Amino acid sequence: MAKRVSLSGNEAVAFGMKQINPDVVAAFPITPSTEVPQYFSQFVANGQVDTEFVPVESEHSAMSACIGAAAAGGRVMTATASAGLALMWEMLYVGASMRTPMVLAVTNRALSGPINIHNDHSDTMGARDSGWIQLYSESAQEAYDNLIQAVRIGEHKDVQLPVMVCYDGFITSHAVENLEMLDDADVKKFVGEKRVAPFALLGGDPISMGPLDLPNHYFEHKRLQAEAMKNAKNVILEVAAEYEKLTGRKYSFFEEYKMEDAEAAIVVINSTAGTAKYVIDNLRAQGKKVGLIKIRVFRPFPAEEIAKALKNVKAVAIMDKADSFSAAGGPLFNEVRSAMYGIADGKIVTNYIYGLGGRDVTSVNIEKVYSDLFSAIETGKYEVYNYLGVRE
Amino acid sequence: MPNLKELSAKKVRLTGGHRMCAGCGAPMVVNWVLKALKDDERAVIANATGCLEVSTCLYPYTAWKDSWIHTAFENAAATGSGAEAAYRALKRKGVIDGKYKFIAFGGDGGTYDIGIQSLSGAMERGHDLLYVCYDNGAYMNTGIQRSSATPMGADTTTSPAGKVKPGKQQYRKDLTEVMVSHHIPYVAQTVPAIPGTQYMFDLYNKAEKAFSIEGPKFMNVLTPCPRGWRCDTATELEVIKAAVDTCFWPLYEVENGVYKINYIPKEKKPITEWLKPQGRFRHLFKPENEHIIKMIQEEVDRRWERLLHLANVK
Repeated sequence: MAKRVSLSGNEAVAFGMKQINPDVVAAFPITPSTEVPQYFSQFVANGQVDTEFVPVESEHSAMSACIGAAAAGGRVMTATASAGLALMWEMLYVGASMRTPMVLAVTNRALSGPINIHNDHSDTMGARDSGWIQLYSESAQEAYDNLIQAVRIGEHKDVQLPVMVCYDGFITSHAVENLEMLDDADVKKFVGEKRVAPFALLGGDPISMGPLDLPNHYFEHKRLQAEAMKNAKNVILEVAAEYEKLTGRKYSFFEEYKMEDAEAAIVVINSTAGTAKYVIDNLRAQGKKVGLIKIRVFRPFPAEEIAKALKNVKAVAIMDKADSFSAAGGPLFNEVRSAMYGIADGKIVTNYIYGLGGRDVTSVNIEKVYSDLFSAIETGKYEVYNYLGVRE
Repeated sequence: MPNLKELSAKKVRLTGGHRMCAGCGAPMVVNWVLKALKDDERAVIANATGCLEVSTCLYPYTAWKDSWIHTAFENAAATGSGAEAAYRALKRKGVIDGKYKFIAFGGDGGTYDIGIQSLSGAMERGHDLLYVCYDNGAYMNTGIQRSSATPMGADTTTSPAGKVKPGKQQYRKDLTEVMVSHHIPYVAQTVPAIPGTQYMFDLYNKAEKAFSIEGPKFMNVLTPCPRGWRCDTATELEVIKAAVDTCFWPLYEVENGVYKINYIPKEKKPITEWLKPQGRFRHLFKPENEHIIKMIQEEVDRRWERLLHLANVK
């Protein structure tokens, strides 16, 4: 029997980790993700899990130890944020290319400089091409649900890739929400037992991992890695369908909110979707045809599916909680607009960089985006690149 | 301790056919360390990026008979500690059986410099891991750049001997002592097997002792690199011998804080015997650089005296 609980996002993730009971958790503290290893080490200290907790001296070593543990054949998890993720950078690529499945909870936080501890997506957006699957979460419930599904997705034989589960720092990581938690036994059954594969360091037969790969093989290995990411799309949907049977909660690549007849839509990631839904409900009450696409799966990027979902809108605003300093829009904007080409042509497509470094995003901000979109539809005049909620 | 005949009969765990340079000391070090494993013990080896790594495991080939992993330059200790943590968890859960030993190999660049943080962390956390540094005193793989293990005065590509600066300006970091300060159960400094010396089995003995101790262990092995040292491959073990006899590289071990010098030369040779056969020190023998040799001698003497004191040798 699932139970209703009140937990912060970090607590929900830590409790999820407890239920998964991984073999190794290696972590280094960084705000606002610190609570995850903190709660988890208490579970270890109390004997509530039989995990080896490795309190490493840096995030670089956290990721290195996780790769070593996963290569050995263990089920492995960790958590980090911001500069911690940046310090893992080199190893993110190694973990993905070595095809070591593991789950990394990231509480999204701005990257230096200047140093800032609050939420935006500059950390994980920067890691978007590291070869990791990326799942984003609007709420503590979604962070918990994504964490459990991530284990199955990454370990699937056709995927064998590490997975990031992202949720907004402080907004989701620290705010207490009501959510539904599965029974320990159901989680155990859902994630299953990780058996040490013969092609692991401890698999019985000796194996060499992480060789020097010269031009005659490297490209093929990268191509296989890319194929695994393509395979992940089906696996993500399969795992979501099975999870829905267990919980009644439906997950896909993205959530469509009131998109059936929407003329103006926004595309957004993580907690801002909650604010946007509130605004949509209000605007709908005034008869305005507005909708939302909330991205859950950013890697692999569901390009065609998103484009199809935007086929009937007149105008769309893509919201980036990270700048890319390309002078040509944020990362999500570039991906969505590119996805629309040839599938959803002739639309008004705009970009809003918002909420950097924890700048509050209010319903008034979101209303402005919709109002801009309607004005663009009426007049045909609009700015493509916009900054929302910044003092100019 | 087995005799040479018995040791020769032990199976080789790093096969021939790898691509190390002729005369490289690193595979010699690896083979003698792995000889100290018991036949029923399997090994999981974490290898830092470097000569040993790129030359022994070129896809799709491997020279390693044991499980081996390379992830990056600075993290052999962290990678190895993760594998060791997984072993403990999986053993406890009854998922795996068999005896495994965990070993990390790194050169001086990956150990003294970029890897020192992860090495220090792994040792402090107490993983059951033996870290072996093969110290050839420079970043040999990338073209002989200076490391913090490079001896004073050495001509390297980033501490070149020029008109104003005669090679490396600083004394080498004493990493063995840094590791002693971690108060781990076992720290040793040694050299590869040199036939005909009293310390021919020093490396083997120390590896065997290290494997018998549970917890973190560190071994620092002065390892010849004919390319970087600019010495004749055939004479490299003589050069290593000179390092020991001049007390540039004393053979000693520290077990639970207790120092033991394993070899005290009857007659301490002048440092020139270590410097002379190596082309990287050739410029020091010009008249205008005599004072540098004097400084190097003084520093070697100072460190040796300190070691004698720590080992309580009267």
